[in-house]
Amino acid sequence: MLFEDPVFASRMLTLLTLTFHIIYATIGVGVPLMIMIAQWIGIRKNDMHYILMARRWARGFVVTVAVGVVTGTIIGLQLSLLWPNFMELAGNIIALPLFMEVFAFFFEAIFLGIYVYTWDRFDDQRKHFLLLIPVALGATASAFFITVVNSFMNAPAGFDFVDGQLVHANPIAAMFTAAMPTKVSHVIVTAYMASAFLLAAIAAFKLWKGSSHEYHKKSLYLMMKVGFIFSVAAALIGDFSGKYVAEYQPEKLAAFEWHFETEEGAPLLLYGALDEENQETKYAIHIPFALSILAHGNPMAEVTGLNEFPQEETPPLVVHYFFDTMVTIGVFMMALSFIYWFGIKLGWSFVRASWYRLLIVIGGPLTFLAIEAGWWTAEVGRQPWILRGIMTVDQAATSSDYVGWMFILFLILYIVLGAGTVFVLRRIFKNNPIEKDLEKYNKGGDPA
Amino acid sequence: MSLEILGITVLWTFLFGYVMVGSIDYGAGVFNAYSIITKKDHILSKIIQRYLSPVWEVTNVFFVFFFVGIVGFFPQTAYYFGTIFLIPGSIALILLAIRGSYYAFETYGSRGHKGYAFMYGMSGLFIPASLSIVLTISEGGFVDIVNGDPVLNYWALFTSPLTWAIVVLSVVAVLYISAVFLTWYANKTGDKDATELMRKYALAWALPLIITASGIIFELRSHNPAHFERILDIWWVFGVSFLLWIATVALIWSRKKYSLVVWLLFGQFALAFFGYGFSHYPYLLYPHLSIYEGFTNQAMAISLVVAFILGLLMLIPSLYLLLKLFLFDKDYVKGKRK
Ligand code: HDD
Ligand code: HEM
Ligand code: HEM
Repeated sequence: MLFEDPVFASRMLTLLTLTFHIIYATIGVGVPLMIMIAQWIGIRKNDMHYILMARRWARGFVVTVAVGVVTGTIIGLQLSLLWPNFMELAGNIIALPLFMEVFAFFFEAIFLGIYVYTWDRFDDQRKHFLLLIPVALGATASAFFITVVNSFMNAPAGFDFVDGQLVHANPIAAMFTAAMPTKVSHVIVTAYMASAFLLAAIAAFKLWKGSSHEYHKKSLYLMMKVGFIFSVAAALIGDFSGKYVAEYQPEKLAAFEWHFETEEGAPLLLYGALDEENQETKYAIHIPFALSILAHGNPMAEVTGLNEFPQEETPPLVVHYFFDTMVTIGVFMMALSFIYWFGIKLGWSFVRASWYRLLIVIGGPLTFLAIEAGWWTAEVGRQPWILRGIMTVDQAATSSDYVGWMFILFLILYIVLGAGTVFVLRRIFKNNPIEKDLEKYNKGGDPA
Repeated sequence: MSLEILGITVLWTFLFGYVMVGSIDYGAGVFNAYSIITKKDHILSKIIQRYLSPVWEVTNVFFVFFFVGIVGFFPQTAYYFGTIFLIPGSIALILLAIRGSYYAFETYGSRGHKGYAFMYGMSGLFIPASLSIVLTISEGGFVDIVNGDPVLNYWALFTSPLTWAIVVLSVVAVLYISAVFLTWYANKTGDKDATELMRKYALAWALPLIITASGIIFELRSHNPAHFERILDIWWVFGVSFLLWIATVALIWSRKKYSLVVWLLFGQFALAFFGYGFSHYPYLLYPHLSIYEGFTNQAMAISLVVAFILGLLMLIPSLYLLLKLFLFDKDYVKGKRK
């Protein structure tokens, strides 16, 4: 069989499920905020375009939430099925945020249900708007709690480990680990960023296809602005994340950068190819001192190299490419949205050109690729540990066979779910183009 | 009350919540599919859609709550059940995923494909069946410890009459609970035809329910005598549950007091469910794991309980709002509001 080894098969299945879930989870965290912004502007300016924006986004959102919920349910149970030893240990110490996460979802699910079915129940639109606040709060809170769990895996704290036994557990200290501040804020901010650019890409797509409706222009401009703000925040916090990694997981940072020898004033490597035997890099772009700045905020600081660590404790070096992908896309999207914003303000015509809009269309999926690349960086970069310094993936994985078969089943499932989402979303919006919604709305009717 | 007991009681209560809410949901899907096949869907579809739309995600959270909570309070269950539950668990997950997403695709997208409705209904029978396997495994006798790791003996599991008795009970219970609840709901919407049809289904599934439930107790006598003894010790709990069942059926039969009927139904299942749980005590998995060996540390237990209480304080008012706006809003229920 393809997957003789349950450890490898479990890793692949976890990789698959999380990679799929994270798309929906990111939308689930970010889009409620965007709906809120649009609806708020709509109420303030009394502009029905923005109200309809909120309404149409919400209509698509419920579909992605559904898939987010089912894939989330899968990952939640799958963690116990694939990593029973890890969950047994983790249950003793990090179960609290996992538990609280469920409450956050519950809260969000209830209010989302109410919000979606009550567009016309309130005479005062602002009351309906209020229902969105718990939705957005619940979504962000769930991202907070789940990322707290992941932080713990990278920088375990809040207990002592004596003779293989866990003692002096302190659940609160386990939540507030060294990794927590940067990780949580980077994840939340990038979810906002990715959702904004996704919605911008949809608007740009309509314009690129030839529509010249005010609605799409307003939507594009708004989302590029919001996306720009969050992309700046993402880069800033990303820089702090680099400093965290340098301090607490130096082998991980060294792997990101193929940095073998400890040195001062270390350069940052972009792209390139690696000859692992001789530890030589080819074709890479060197940015002098940049790695020292990323790691310690000081161009002359010393950065620990990979050779300081035992071979079996260093992560796979492919993470370099994941890291570069994330950073490149981050910088690209920041520039793209900045130029667009200023271009519109200053009346530059090229930002309205077809090719520029096409770039924005591509930017949506690219930002999601950055999210994926970021997670692969962080999670593969933690190898071989599942709980850094305490438990390796080999020790954590299930001993049962057939994981490989389950991988195939779930792969098919995700293909079906992914295709279903695209199909259904396309059908919803094809049957209800904005012109039709507007017409219904103007007649005082109810845009379905 | 010790923390162990408190923990398992909270979890068991949530599992009970899932069994009830989930059964209504699963059964509704089955009846919907059945009514399409028998061309009676004009009678049923409306009330079923109306009830299901706003609540399906909430149903799912009950389930997530249970398995996240059990790993929190009893981390060793992750080890024992996680290792042996890989295949039935994965199958249940895939079915749940198909069901949840297609429901959403249908409702929020555009509806109408009969094939979906059929698949959706079938999944409502297979999910309870595959999840109920956990209960069977927990009775012991199907798990061997090989080289220190638990291994499930599939052959023994699938040839045991106990397994099939529990599977059949889970399916029948789903249909019965759902039919009784929807009778009340249809009556509330004032839909006479739907009420009559659901009433018929409720009566049809009443007897099979009691027969399968007794069958399981009988099976346990040979399979797990210790558990059987403990059931006999509290026989009166099951006795009262049985009386409530008689009352339920009698009222439905005479078309009276449908709201009382729903309370009786909940009472009947609560007694049976907690009676079963109590007699299962102290084992999570006979005879390998008890709630005392598997319990988490003091600090985690206390913080989970505190988080739970705070969470409930936040959730109960929100749930109340949800029910008030949909389930108990006269205009919504009667279809005057969207
Ligand atoms: C839109 C997505 C996106 C963008 C544009 C960026 N990141 Fe990022 N990054 C993530 C999305 C992300 C993420 C998915 O949110 C990760 C994965 C795990 C985590 O904590 O966040 C992440 C992790 C992550 C890590 C690893 C943290 C760890 O392993 O604990 C570092 C060092 C950075 N990022 C640094 C940056 C820098 C310097 C960026 C400069 C532009 C940047 N990121 C842009
Ligand atoms: C950054 C990473 C993650 C984020 C931001 C995130 C966020 C979300 C969100 C927002 C939902 C609700 C569905 C929606 O609104 O779209 C969801 C569902 C879920 N997620 Fe994730 N998730 C992440 C990763 C994980 C991981 C690693 C796990 C496993 C422990 C997990 C477990 C769950 C569960 C159990 C659900 C379903 C809850 C329910 O039934 O309501 N998530 N996730
Ligand atoms: C929150 C969003 C998360 C995402 C998107 C994510 C992503 C990933 C990815 C891509 C892998 C594969 C790495 C590899 O094969 O080397 C992985 C591994 C893993 N993750 Fe995470 N992770 C997240 C958080 C978590 C959380 C919260 C948990 C635990 C509660 C978790 C548990 C694991 C486990 C058990 C593995 C397998 C071990 C490994 O191969 O590294 N992850 N994750």
